Amino acid sequence: MAVIVPEEKSAAGQAPRRTAPRSRRRPLVLGTLAVVAGVLVWAGVAALGWVENLPTPLAVADKAGEMAADGTLATDTLASLRRVFLGYALGVVVAVPVGFLMGWYPAVRAVVEPYIQFFRTIPPLALIPLTVVLLGIGELPKIAVICLASFMACVVSSFQGVVDVDRTLINAARVLGASNRVLFTRVVVPASTPFILVGMRIGLGASWATLVAAELIGAQEGLGYRMQKASTWFEMDTIFVSLITIGVLGLLMDRLLLLAERRLTGWQERR
Amino acid sequence: MNSKISFQDVVKSFPLKDTEFTALDGVSLDIAEEEFVTVVGPSGCGKSTLLGMAAGLQEPTSGRVLVDGRQVTGPGPDRGVIFQQYALFPWLTVRQNVEFGLRLAGVPAAERHRRAGRAIALVGLDEFADALPKTLSGGMKQRCAIARAYAVDPQVLLMDEPFGALDALTRVQLQEQLLATWSRERRTVLFITHDVDEAVHLAGRVVVMAARPGRIHRVVDVDLPYPRTEEIRLSAEFRKIRNTVWTSVYHQEPAAPAA
Repeated sequence: MAVIVPEEKSAAGQAPRRTAPRSRRRPLVLGTLAVVAGVLVWAGVAALGWVENLPTPLAVADKAGEMAADGTLATDTLASLRRVFLGYALGVVVAVPVGFLMGWYPAVRAVVEPYIQFFRTIPPLALIPLTVVLLGIGELPKIAVICLASFMACVVSSFQGVVDVDRTLINAARVLGASNRVLFTRVVVPASTPFILVGMRIGLGASWATLVAAELIGAQEGLGYRMQKASTWFEMDTIFVSLITIGVLGLLMDRLLLLAERRLTGWQERR
Repeated sequence: MNSKISFQDVVKSFPLKDTEFTALDGVSLDIAEEEFVTVVGPSGCGKSTLLGMAAGLQEPTSGRVLVDGRQVTGPGPDRGVIFQQYALFPWLTVRQNVEFGLRLAGVPAAERHRRAGRAIALVGLDEFADALPKTLSGGMKQRCAIARAYAVDPQVLLMDEPFGALDALTRVQLQEQLLATWSRERRTVLFITHDVDEAVHLAGRVVVMAARPGRIHRVVDVDLPYPRTEEIRLSAEFRKIRNTVWTSVYHQEPAAPAA
């Protein structure tokens, strides 16, 4: 107790300027520590041979260097990124207007909702056999499945965003003379942006999750394809390199969206 | 009588499960130009519905609501509305909120800037013109909402329990500010409240409503001069009128059988 008191005093005596960045840095420090600890545990488990065939972090790093050098890592990453981007972007671009229309026009909602509720219960992965039959084994079925996954995640949240727009805000705009068009562009769109961005983040996760399975369909390159091929040859280190790449890319993209969210919805009152 | 706002035998009912709920049952009320009228009554007496119909946000089931002799068919910038929940657009700054209505009216940028600036100054928010609503206190938010209504210069102000969510001190401040502006610019004001003191302090006429079904119970004239100084507020006359209103709000005789 006696030790803590002077510490608190000195902290309170300092300008608040100093404490603010420290508290912001703190999660970063803790996060880094957690990652380092995780790698250490992994190295320990691998070294002790507790899990059969588990490669050590060093072996995985070696393999990553090797794959980076011969270009397979870049080709795989680019192929996967292209699929995720195309499918995801297409899904979002379709989902947001559909969600808006559903929220704004009860008739559109009545028509579209049964389809959405129906397809929502089917995991996009379960549609892979169907897409192969319908669309063949090129890029199209992979992108279609990813697109569907992101569409489903995004459409419900943008619909909900429109439905949840505060009634008094709409009334406030109407008494100031807003037409329906103005109401939509100046009130409904900004008010539902937070919902849409949440949907976009969930959709992104769904897109990555679908990617690996989508690459089961006769792919020639891609991170998911590489993993599957490696598993038949028992190349555990290759599997780990692909796995970590997918994880890191997904995390980076999520961070980008989070940044966009902060930018666009910083006006929200939070807790 | 040349009335600015006129409710003519207004009935508003909502369908319930197997019956009908009558929110307003035959309300007639005329409000003269430049008059300040407050409406008090127990919850469920339909006072907010009354205001919503003048604003054009709700339609009467039967009867007519006239503003300036014309039947109200929808909301319009000639009637400024102030809501209890402030209803500021949270993604816009104070200035952008205040300019919202002017922008819709197609006011050119320079003029818009000038008028918004004047409205913001009027409510004393100059220093916060570029702040987002989330950084403002409740009282400041409501001042911003009032500035937003003033900026489009409506002839009628419809205020729906605007100070209901504020602390007592802030409420008195905003009451004074509102009265000062009203004395200068003389808009017609219809002000809904559940606070008897507030109703008497602000109004030239207090309309006391009764619930189930919502109807006008009694209209009390407040024959006190403006400006309503502290002296008036603490005077015996004020207390007398206040007690009259209080009694008719809290000790309402059962509804007379339909006349």
